[in-house]
Amino acid sequence: MRWRPAEWQLALPLGLAFASLFAAPLLLLVGVSFFNDERITQPGFGQWIKFFGDPFHYKVIADTLLLGAKAVFATVVIGYPLALVFIDLPSRLQRVLLFVIVMPLLLSVVVRTFAWIVVLGREGVVNQLLIGLGVISEPLRLLQTELGLVISLTQIEMPLMLLPLISVMSRLDPNLRDASASLGASRWRTLFTVIVPLSMPGLIAGCLLVFASATTAFISQTVIGGVRLIYLPLLIWQQSLVVFNWPFAAVASLSLLISVLSVIAALSFLGRRSSGNLHG
Amino acid sequence: MGRRRSFADLSYALVVGGLALLAVVIIVSPVVIVLMTSFTEGRSLKFPPQGFSLQWYEQLFDPVRSRPIHRAVANSLEVAAWSTALGVLLGAMAALGLTRNRHAAARVADSVFMSPLVLPGLTFGLAALMYFTLIGFRPSLNLIVAGHMIVTVPFILRTTTASLSQLDPALLDSSRSLGASWFYTMRRVVLPLILPGIAAGAFLSFMASLDNVPVSLFLSTARTDMLPIRMWGMMESTLDPRIAAVSGVLIAAAFLLMLVMEWTVGLTRRMRD
Repeated sequence: MRWRPAEWQLALPLGLAFASLFAAPLLLLVGVSFFNDERITQPGFGQWIKFFGDPFHYKVIADTLLLGAKAVFATVVIGYPLALVFIDLPSRLQRVLLFVIVMPLLLSVVVRTFAWIVVLGREGVVNQLLIGLGVISEPLRLLQTELGLVISLTQIEMPLMLLPLISVMSRLDPNLRDASASLGASRWRTLFTVIVPLSMPGLIAGCLLVFASATTAFISQTVIGGVRLIYLPLLIWQQSLVVFNWPFAAVASLSLLISVLSVIAALSFLGRRSSGNLHG
Repeated sequence: MGRRRSFADLSYALVVGGLALLAVVIIVSPVVIVLMTSFTEGRSLKFPPQGFSLQWYEQLFDPVRSRPIHRAVANSLEVAAWSTALGVLLGAMAALGLTRNRHAAARVADSVFMSPLVLPGLTFGLAALMYFTLIGFRPSLNLIVAGHMIVTVPFILRTTTASLSQLDPALLDSSRSLGASWFYTMRRVVLPLILPGIAAGAFLSFMASLDNVPVSLFLSTARTDMLPIRMWGMMESTLDPRIAAVSGVLIAAAFLLMLVMEWTVGLTRRMRD
């Protein structure tokens, strides 16, 4: 038998799975959001008006996006230097460091979140250390604060920043740095005028992944942030599985989707422009 | 001039080196601290741990006292195995079909298949719950498998596509010109060469399914409890020290699995590219 499928037809089964299990549920979600009542019988814009008529929800959206921005900032500030150090290491050490970076990614988010409870709790490592050094006399409250949450998210999301960064940076031609140095530029100047612009695509890919992940990190947000710090994921969970107001939960989760995706779209637009500058 | 440059170089080394060191400490220390805490003799999760004992591990492995945890582990493993198997089948086929296709539709399809990576998982989880409920399906492990397959298949697609794009097209032409059928070429030439890529993707997909929260949160019930959701419950209500033991087991398992994957398929290299 010499029958040969047209190659693209091999993608059909996955296409069908995505149509029935991905696209259809998301379309239904949009549909459900346009019902006024919890029993999903009266169509209308009621839930949208209820959600966007309340200034509290604007604050929740803003807090959620800001949380993502803070996590992105923190992972860039300490992740970028680590990527810089990485590309100068000999290849054996690179393999070890890469292993260390990837390992937490394969470790359950719940475990990583739990680890930060042990580190940041009242009797945790940080408080014990600070009291032992005599810096403070009373334990600091780090859990259930945004600072504690951002610190935890920095570790939890770090691999997502480092992997794309390292991937782009290790393809940079080392001669460029040598050329810059031999022309008299300091290492700082080489960093900001040569390395940073060339690594932009990796940096932006990392920012995108960290942002998407931090804004939707339900477990870390609820466990480290607690119930007083309200972000969209907690609101969606409360409305759908505690209050059972599905249309309202649908509006909240579409707001999450739209706000996160618009930031991501803006970032990837910048990413395309920066890589266009390099090659074009 | 020479002095000024060396000052700049020194400050560069201090700032960049210092921040990089901080990054490594932040990445590694929580994992080490949890591992140490899980062997504590005390009843609370203090650090440094008091004494050494295996009490929390004994409680965790006790089949009577920890039955709900064991059931959640079994459910999670079963779902991860099925969703990965389905994902490998559908994902590898799709990668074969789309990698060399330059048509605009192929690029669109590819980005749709990758979109679960950036789409908020909770949005999809809630949508799946509403969808399955409104078309009349009762909650079951099968529904969780379907949901997990959708959100983990991007890992398989990405690593398989990377392997395929490094495959020399001349191999396919020579196989065909020697009279091999398409299926024979796939089976004897293409599959053996891309198998490490598929294996790396399958491993990532399996781990992602074990760890999935957003889909399991909405689709699992008391009967189909999943491990991360049960652990979340244990952390939310009373801070049960058995979580430290569960974490210890998961850390050891992830470490061992990663070593195996590193030796067999070069996992970190594949994730980087």
